[in-house]
Amino acid sequence: MDLLRFITAGSVDDGKSTLIGRLLYDSKNILIDQLEALEKSTKNRADGSVDLALLTDGLRAEREQGITIDVAYRYFTTPKRKFIIADAPGHVQYTRNMITGASNANLIIILIDARQGVVEQTRRHSIIASLLNVPHVIVAINKMDLVDYSQSVFNNIVNEYAEVAKQLGLDDVYYIPMSALNGDNVVEKSSITNWYEGKPLMQYLEEIEIDNDVNFTDSRFQVQFVIRPQTEELHDYRGYAGRVISGVYKKGDKVKVLPQGNESTISSIEIAGEEVQEAFPQQAIVIQLADDIDISRGDSIVKTENLPKVANELEVLLCWMDDKPLISGNKYLLQHNSRLVKAMVKHVNYKLNVNTLQQQAINDEIKLNEIVAATIKTVSPLVFDSYSRLSVNGNAILIDETSNNTVAAVMIG
Amino acid sequence: MSEYGLNYLEQLEAESIHIFREAAAQFEKPALLFSGGKDSITMVHLARKAFAPAKIPFPLVHIDTGHNFPEALDFRDKLVEKVNATLVVRKVEDTIKKRSLTEPKGKFPSRNWLQTYTLLDTIEEFKFDCCIGGARRDEEKARAKERIFSVRDEFGQWNPKLQRPELWNIYNGKIHKGENVRVFPISNWTELDIWNYIRKNNIELPSIYFAHNRKVIVHEGQLVATSDYIKPSTDDVVLTKKVRYRTVGDMTCTAAIESNATSLDEVINEIISTRISERGETRIDDRVTEAAMEDRKKNGYF
Repeated sequence: MDLLRFITAGSVDDGKSTLIGRLLYDSKNILIDQLEALEKSTKNRADGSVDLALLTDGLRAEREQGITIDVAYRYFTTPKRKFIIADAPGHVQYTRNMITGASNANLIIILIDARQGVVEQTRRHSIIASLLNVPHVIVAINKMDLVDYSQSVFNNIVNEYAEVAKQLGLDDVYYIPMSALNGDNVVEKSSITNWYEGKPLMQYLEEIEIDNDVNFTDSRFQVQFVIRPQTEELHDYRGYAGRVISGVYKKGDKVKVLPQGNESTISSIEIAGEEVQEAFPQQAIVIQLADDIDISRGDSIVKTENLPKVANELEVLLCWMDDKPLISGNKYLLQHNSRLVKAMVKHVNYKLNVNTLQQQAINDEIKLNEIVAATIKTVSPLVFDSYSRLSVNGNAILIDETSNNTVAAVMIG
Repeated sequence: MSEYGLNYLEQLEAESIHIFREAAAQFEKPALLFSGGKDSITMVHLARKAFAPAKIPFPLVHIDTGHNFPEALDFRDKLVEKVNATLVVRKVEDTIKKRSLTEPKGKFPSRNWLQTYTLLDTIEEFKFDCCIGGARRDEEKARAKERIFSVRDEFGQWNPKLQRPELWNIYNGKIHKGENVRVFPISNWTELDIWNYIRKNNIELPSIYFAHNRKVIVHEGQLVATSDYIKPSTDDVVLTKKVRYRTVGDMTCTAAIESNATSLDEVINEIISTRISERGETRIDDRVTEAAMEDRKKNGYF
C-alpha cells in the first residue's frame, strides 16, 4: 500500500468542502462521534441533512464566517492507498495557501461549477498546478445535478478546459461529471450519468500510477545533520544524515561534495543504524565517506558522473507570500532543502499574470500572492537542478531576516 | 510498486526522521515532550532511528500532572534507561504551590489546563527553543490546520491566522528570542498508522493498552477507573470490567473501553472495526465544547 497526496482547488462555493466530506463519508472514514458533533452543529437546515462541508471547517473563526481560511490536512485510507488531502481555500487572496498545499501534491483536483464552466479562478489554479509541476490533474465538473446531468454541458466544459490544459502543458488530465452533494461519481459510479465512460473519482485516486513521477536517475543528497557519537567504540564515526532527494546511492559510489568540490567514495550507507547496500528516493539515511572531508549541514553529496548546477546567481519564479511588499535590492535568507544562505533579490524582471499567463512589466510594488520572475544572488553558491526538470532539488523559500517569516516560494529556473 | 518504492509506513517514517533531524539541526536547545502514551513512545523510537548510532541528542521532558497511571510511569523510567536518554520531569504539583494556582474542582479534576503553566516554566528554566511533540493532525479539527513547525510567542500561544506557509520539505525554524517552536514529526500519521507501525517494529507498550481487569465507574457512558484521584460517590456503582486504554493521559481525564484484546493484532482489529474516534471515546476533557482544543492551543497547550 502506498501514499498519495492530493490537493483540492476550486472557487468559493464550488462545493470543495462538500466533496471532501463526501469522500470521507462514503469511504467510511468519518466516525460516529464526529458525525454526531456534525449533526449537532448543523443548524436550521430545512431538509434535516448533515452539512458535509462542516467536517473540514476546523477553526471557530471559519465556522462563524462560513469560509476556509487556511490549508487543512485530512487523512483517509482505503484498502488500496493511504491518502493525505491538502484542503486549500478558493479565495483570490489565498493563492499562497494553494501553493503551500500543491507543493507536495502528487495530484490536484480542480473543481468546476457545471453552471459556470471555466472561470478566472479555474485558470489561476491550473496555472499554479502547472508552475508547481503537479503531475496529475483531475477536473471534477461538479453540481451536475443543477444542470440536469447534461452530457452536452459536460462536454463543452471538457473542451474548454482541454484548451487551458494544452496551453499550460498539463498532460495527464481526467474529467469527471459529478455531484458531490448527492455523491454522483465520487465513490460509486452514478447510474444517472450513464453516458459517462470514465471512472468515479475514488477509483482514479486509487489507481493513478505515481511511481513513475519519482526520479531514479539523478542522484541528489543534501546533508541535514552530522552524526558524531564520540563514544569510545565509535570514536572516529562521522556520518552524514539526510534524505535521498532523487536517484540511487550505493556503497562504493564515487561521489563529489558540493559546493566544495572534493571527491571521495561512499564507505557505508545506514538506515536507522543498520547498514544497507543501496538507498533510493525519500529514504532517510546516513552516509559515511572513505575520506576525511570537512562537510557540514547543507552541503550536497552527488555522484561524480552526474552533477547538478552550482551557481550563486539564479533566475527564479517566485510567489510572494508576505503582507509586506517585495522590494528589489532587499536582502533575505534563502533556504534550499536544509541549506541556508544569505541572498538578495537583485532584479525583478516581470510579473506573471496568473489568469492569462502573460508577462507584465513591473510598474508597482510586488504584493502578496503575486508571481514574478526574478534574479536572486546568493552569498555562497547553491547546488540545484532546475525546478522544471527535477522539482525536488529546484525549490526554495525566502525568509525575511527581520520578521523570520517565510515570504516567498521559489522555483529555480 | 517499483523495486525502489516505499510503502506508506516507510514514507511516514522517513518524513518523521527528516523532521527530527531538522529540529536537532536548527535549534540550540530542543526537547522531546514525553507523555508516556503510545505516540510519545513511537516518537522515542523514531528519534533513536534518526540519530543512530549516536544517542538522542536532546532530553525527554515529562510534564507530570501527578495524575498518571503508575504503569505509565514505570514504563517511562525503563524506556529512558534502555535508550540511555536524559529525562527531565517537572511537576504540575510544584507549579500549583509556587504560583499558588487553584486546583480544578469537581469529580474529574483535570490538570490539563495547569500543565500549560508548568510547561512554560520548564521552557523558561532550560531555555528550550524547540519542543518536539507527538500531536497528530487526525486527532482533532484544530490540529488539522497546524504546521509541522509551529511558532509560539513568548506566552506559548498559537496564532492560527499567522502561520508560516510550509512548502515542499522545507522547514523554517527561525525565531526571535523568547519565542519557541513546537515541532510535530508525526503530524501526518493517523491512529491506525501508529498501531501498524508499533506492530511492524515490535515496539513495547505499557500494559494498560491491553485488556486487563480494572475497577471502574460509569460516567455519561464512559468507563472511568477509580483511583486515588477519582473517588466513587455514594450513588456510583463500582464494577470490575475487562478494559484497555486507547489513549493514555491522566487518570482523571482518560476513559477506558471494554475490550478482550490482549495482543497488538487484536487491538488493531478492534480499532479497524470501531467507528468512534480516539479522542471522542477516551478523552473526558474534549467533550466540553467543540472548540475546546482550539482554545487550549491558543493558550499554549501542546
